[in-house]
Amino acid sequence: MKVALQVTCVNDAMFPETGKAVVRLLRRLGVDVDFPMAQTCCGQPMVNTGYLDEAVPVVRTYVDAFAGYDAIVTPSGSCAGSARHQHSIVAERSGDPALVAAVAETGPRTHELTEFLVDVLGVTDVGAYFPHRVTYHPTCHSLRMLGVGDRPTRLLEAVRGIELVDLPMATECCGFGGTFALKNADTSVAMGADKARHVRDTGAEVLVAGDNSCLMHVGGLLSRQRAGVRVMHLAEVLAATEEGAS
Amino acid sequence: MSGAFVGMPAFPTAARAALGDTQLRRNLAHATRTIRDKRAKVVAEVEDWEELRLAGAGVKEAALRDLATHLETLEASLVGAGATVHWARDAAEACAIVAEVTKAHGADEVVKVKSMATAEIGLNEALEAEGIAAWETDLAELIVQLGDDLPSHILVPAIHRNRAEIREVFRRRMGDVGRPAPDDLTDEPAVLAGAAREHLREKFLRAKVAISGANFAVADTGTLVVVESEGNGRMCLTLPEVLISVVGIEKVVATWADLDPLLRLLPRSSTGERMNPYTSTWSGVTPGDGPQEVHVVLLDNGRTRALADDVGRQALRCIRCSACLNVCPVYERVGGHAYGSVYPGPIGAILNPLLHGVSDEQTASLPYASSLCGACFEVCPVRIDIPSVLVDQRAAVVDSHRGDRVPKPEALAMRAAAWTFSDSRRLAWAERASGLAGRVISRLSRTTLPGGRAAAGRLPGPAAGWTGARDLPVPPEESFREWWARTDGGRK
Repeated sequence: MKVALQVTCVNDAMFPETGKAVVRLLRRLGVDVDFPMAQTCCGQPMVNTGYLDEAVPVVRTYVDAFAGYDAIVTPSGSCAGSARHQHSIVAERSGDPALVAAVAETGPRTHELTEFLVDVLGVTDVGAYFPHRVTYHPTCHSLRMLGVGDRPTRLLEAVRGIELVDLPMATECCGFGGTFALKNADTSVAMGADKARHVRDTGAEVLVAGDNSCLMHVGGLLSRQRAGVRVMHLAEVLAATEEGAS
Repeated sequence: MSGAFVGMPAFPTAARAALGDTQLRRNLAHATRTIRDKRAKVVAEVEDWEELRLAGAGVKEAALRDLATHLETLEASLVGAGATVHWARDAAEACAIVAEVTKAHGADEVVKVKSMATAEIGLNEALEAEGIAAWETDLAELIVQLGDDLPSHILVPAIHRNRAEIREVFRRRMGDVGRPAPDDLTDEPAVLAGAAREHLREKFLRAKVAISGANFAVADTGTLVVVESEGNGRMCLTLPEVLISVVGIEKVVATWADLDPLLRLLPRSSTGERMNPYTSTWSGVTPGDGPQEVHVVLLDNGRTRALADDVGRQALRCIRCSACLNVCPVYERVGGHAYGSVYPGPIGAILNPLLHGVSDEQTASLPYASSLCGACFEVCPVRIDIPSVLVDQRAAVVDSHRGDRVPKPEALAMRAAAWTFSDSRRLAWAERASGLAGRVISRLSRTTLPGGRAAAGRLPGPAAGWTGARDLPVPPEESFREWWARTDGGRK
């Protein structure tokens, strides 16, 4: 099976440790993951702000970069949702039948990390060790657009040493919402403040989620509050082992 | 759109003001959570809820697909049953028809059943201008009307008010327009409802003309349906001599049997009840029973515009249950007024632009009043994919500005991003630049994220939108792709 990592633009530029964690994790599970250098972004920032024409060349880059791979793995529910549910809208808009056909190929082969681990590889115990008190926030697109269900928590529960505590009001949006965080910054922060309060109420030292953009928002609020809670991508927890690293 | 909302600022500005209203925040958080929990409980009781949603969506979709035919059938059935049918292209036409019928009976007042269509067209204000007093008889609508307030929710328009505030409105205003509130009025819900009952009773018994909307209109039988909880609707629909119903053309369903899934979906989704207390149905005039003159005003007011929108037309399936409002994290925090329309919340954020277009700044701000979390779609009883319609309406907003001589900064930023993301070499250059910037900022930064990474605190300019309340991690010196190239994917 030829497997490609779609690291996402946010992780590439801002959170490379998450990408490295996915590589370590997948290698440990026997998957020789490739990183096609031609990849850039899934186009979601443009699509969700209404700039569909601008998204066309970006989606084209995506399908060109990932053509020929059996599986495309991404550590982001949001970007997987974009590839699976929005690329077809952009392709239709372009009026290019070749692009319509190409996204019909790459879209369904794009897996969010926990889907790939649980459904494709068939593992829930990935051999991780993470002796910390952790709470998990299910990000909206992974939860509602993809329907990842309890896959992330099953993976976390199998981590040795972890103390996993329930997050109150877990399924409520954190308020990030892409450009919403800037265009409606006040409302976004009001939502995030409530999410941060629920996180603090758990007494967790680490907030874990499957999307670094949401974590950048909640983590930024927690940091400003000097709340003493760090945020970490799920991949980094799953990659952590007793031998160290991560 | 209701005249009452004219002049509202765009959503971000209105939301900012609402977010600072501490009592509003408290009232909304309490009320939406209560109703959300009630809904979740009664929905969980229905084993085939998802099939029911599909059936409800199917019935409405089928009616919309052949709307013209169903409307003609409805008109013929209504006329056959003794009703008079009027067609109104817009709010002004509909208001003029209602005023004309009312005046023809020499009436200077009407009693009203709670109706979104009449709120949408600003009927009360239009009748007032004609010297006709329109009395709202739904408890929450009465609170809004007496308080010279604006509705902030589709189902419970006074959701932004608490008991103490309602007591104050009743004490202050009831006497100005009829029977005053009793001197010993408390803020006990039963006492407040009792005062409203006494106040409204004399209006019910006096009125010659009643005005309603309709939840559904059955084409083949010519039956209008009103679903309600308080019995005020039943009073209005049966006591006065003349009944005028303003009905959006999207309310039509083909057959009586089509009501089945809809009447099961609506109460559980809206009030969180298994069944609503009152369901009134009437077909034209029944001699010697109820109103002896029945008028039906079929209202377009932008609905054919929405129907022509391939993606957005599903919004016309809406049965006005408000489940999307109650579950929306944005609505819960800013309330209904910030949306500047009688249709607030997620459904309002798509319905208003679909009905009226996105040429004004306020309406154009509505599709962006969402984090696209998708909670609305999850609860919608007729499966309106609100997030997808929101994105499509955002595209409509952007497209309406493509001819601008001077592009907005956002458009320039998106073009720049698209250029960068269209070629991985450009992205690599951008990442090298951000890495260099990160190196500088991390030297200057005095902020450290929990875990040790350097962060930017408050930054000026466009970054202030983020850093005003949130620390921002400093870009790493080495991007992922640089690491991959340098280490051969970690193998070196």
